[in-house]
Amino acid sequence: MRYALCMEGSMSRKIRVLIAKPGLDGHDRGAKVIARALRDAGMEVIYTGIRQTPEQIANAAIQEDVDIVGLSSLSGAHNNLFPKVVNILREKGAEDILVFGGGIVPVDDIPGLKKAGIREIFQPGASTEDIIKYINENVKTT
Amino acid sequence: MSKNIREEFERWGKTTLNKAISKAPEREPSFKTTSHIELKRLYTPLDVADLDYCGELGFPGEFPFTRGVQPTMYRGRLWTMRQYAGFATPEETNKRYKYLLEHGQTGLSVAFDLPTQIGYDSDHPLSDGEVGKVGVAIDTLKDIEILFDGIPLDKVSTSMTINSTAAILLTMYIAVAEKQGIKSEVLQGTIQNDILKEYAARGTYIYPPLESMRIVTDIFAFCKNRVPRWNTISISGYHMREAGCTAVQEVAFTLTDGIAYVEAAIRAGLDVDSFASRLAFFFCCHNTFIEEIAKFRAARSLWAKIMKERFKAKKDESCMLRFHTQTAGCSLTAQQPDNNVVRVAFQALAAVFGGTQSLHTNSRDEAYALPTEDSVRLALRTQQLIAYESGVADMIDPFGGSYAVEALTDEIESKSMEYIEKIEAMGGAIKAIESGYIQGEIGESAYQYQKEIEAKKRIIVGLNLFQMEEEPLRDILRIKPEVEQYQKKKLARVKKERNNTKVKEALAVLKKAAQGTDNVVPPILEAVKLYATLGEISDTLREVFGEYRER
Repeated sequence: MRYALCMEGSMSRKIRVLIAKPGLDGHDRGAKVIARALRDAGMEVIYTGIRQTPEQIANAAIQEDVDIVGLSSLSGAHNNLFPKVVNILREKGAEDILVFGGGIVPVDDIPGLKKAGIREIFQPGASTEDIIKYINENVKTT
Repeated sequence: MSKNIREEFERWGKTTLNKAISKAPEREPSFKTTSHIELKRLYTPLDVADLDYCGELGFPGEFPFTRGVQPTMYRGRLWTMRQYAGFATPEETNKRYKYLLEHGQTGLSVAFDLPTQIGYDSDHPLSDGEVGKVGVAIDTLKDIEILFDGIPLDKVSTSMTINSTAAILLTMYIAVAEKQGIKSEVLQGTIQNDILKEYAARGTYIYPPLESMRIVTDIFAFCKNRVPRWNTISISGYHMREAGCTAVQEVAFTLTDGIAYVEAAIRAGLDVDSFASRLAFFFCCHNTFIEEIAKFRAARSLWAKIMKERFKAKKDESCMLRFHTQTAGCSLTAQQPDNNVVRVAFQALAAVFGGTQSLHTNSRDEAYALPTEDSVRLALRTQQLIAYESGVADMIDPFGGSYAVEALTDEIESKSMEYIEKIEAMGGAIKAIESGYIQGEIGESAYQYQKEIEAKKRIIVGLNLFQMEEEPLRDILRIKPEVEQYQKKKLARVKKERNNTKVKEALAVLKKAAQGTDNVVPPILEAVKLYATLGEISDTLREVFGEYRER
């Protein structure tokens, strides 16, 4: 019994998430609500604040040693900025850090974003439960 | 008389009501507004027994303006139908403005892209992917000339949603009007120019708070003489409401911002009655119909008292809360977008019952993109249907005297006042924003709201109840990526053709003014006339004022 508990303690740890707002968009209601919901669900969450460049986001992700990055954009700059985050992570050898996104992203843009390496896009109406489930299912902490 | 009502009310409760509830309980144990105000089942004369009609409500056009700011309200003139619009290039936006005016819009409202709002030209690295996306791209006076081409600026009023770069856009507007042969003294319009809410909720700030307030009060002083019919600020609650705050918080945070602006202007040497009548406000209109009507009335009553009692305004016009309303974007869904048409209709109606001076109605595709021509036309028609067919514009404040509305007006007023006093005790709006208090309150409300939706304690039709399998909207407005290149080319051409020596000199004059205490607006006007770019002017001020960094 004691052995099993020790095993469990050493085999899993808290998922680490970076929630980021690339570009000039200042609408951060969604990003903040999600950051808090993920914390309440037991994850360690860093929120970058607004007006981050893809470089700043990638650097923060590496520095904070996160498992996954969630990008939020409502200003229509997602096709330019989301792939840049993925590319910089790859260039820096951090391709194991997953990237997902959300905000106002037309459904027709999703295939292109997925091709560029963004794993999932959450659109208006998605719940924090959906996102928590997605992260738990896709991030391995063992 | 009252005694009879009380006895009868209690009798009703013990007999008729009790019988009904014993058979079938009500749908919820309690019903609360978005501001967590518990709604009574029934409001009666008992709830307004202490109402002092002449003191608290009065008459339209007279202090405290609870029933309306104009004596004839919509019987004299309908609210301005002013659809927020702008996208891609000035050429395309000019077309959309002409379309809207052709279809009966009665005022213009300019949406600028984020680079323009944040003081970056279209060729700045941070403008990458953002040019023309959420509004029209403006780099120089040339773009504003195109934007208003063929639009008579002496006949139409224009509201510009611009904050950190408000002085630049205002002076460009003045310069364009001058080219049309129109003097600045007759221009009518508004600049949002509300920097405090940018720090609290919207994010298009550039400089730190105190320096930004200096620009705001410079604009007040400049307009007092040069553009006297201009609304120098639109003190906004809309964005904080969209960020998730409640109706009570919306009133409270907006009015504390207003207090901060009035104080700043007085500190800068302006007499309150010389600028206060040109302050305007901007509110949201959300779903909870009765609460929203009461909210607008409460805001008017509260502001009037603040101006009279705290700031000792002598003129009645200085105490008037005139406002624009936008229906709540955050209440609209991507699911079943036709539902949005109905939501907007109810919200617009509440704003009209609330006595708004000007109104923007959102389009059905709000959750997808900027509106198409078809969807914005229907949004405009929504206002016209209310104005011309419903009859509600034919009398003033028809909800006045409703037991429920008067009780709620009172309650929202007193709850907002509690918040205002709390914030004033902290040192006012600027301190409350610097400490993160306002942002924290907004964030908490937003989180609770989302939790309520996910727990199905708050129903959003089509989202967490009455869902259906459906295809997303595909016929939406898309901003072509070529827009960015087009703007960059145009900008390069303007920079080549202008007198670059004179531009340099003008920017040096601006820098000197900014470093001292001279009003920065006249040097900005000179610079824009020489086709200095928005980015160059903003950067000159960045050199002097520095940039704000979020905590």
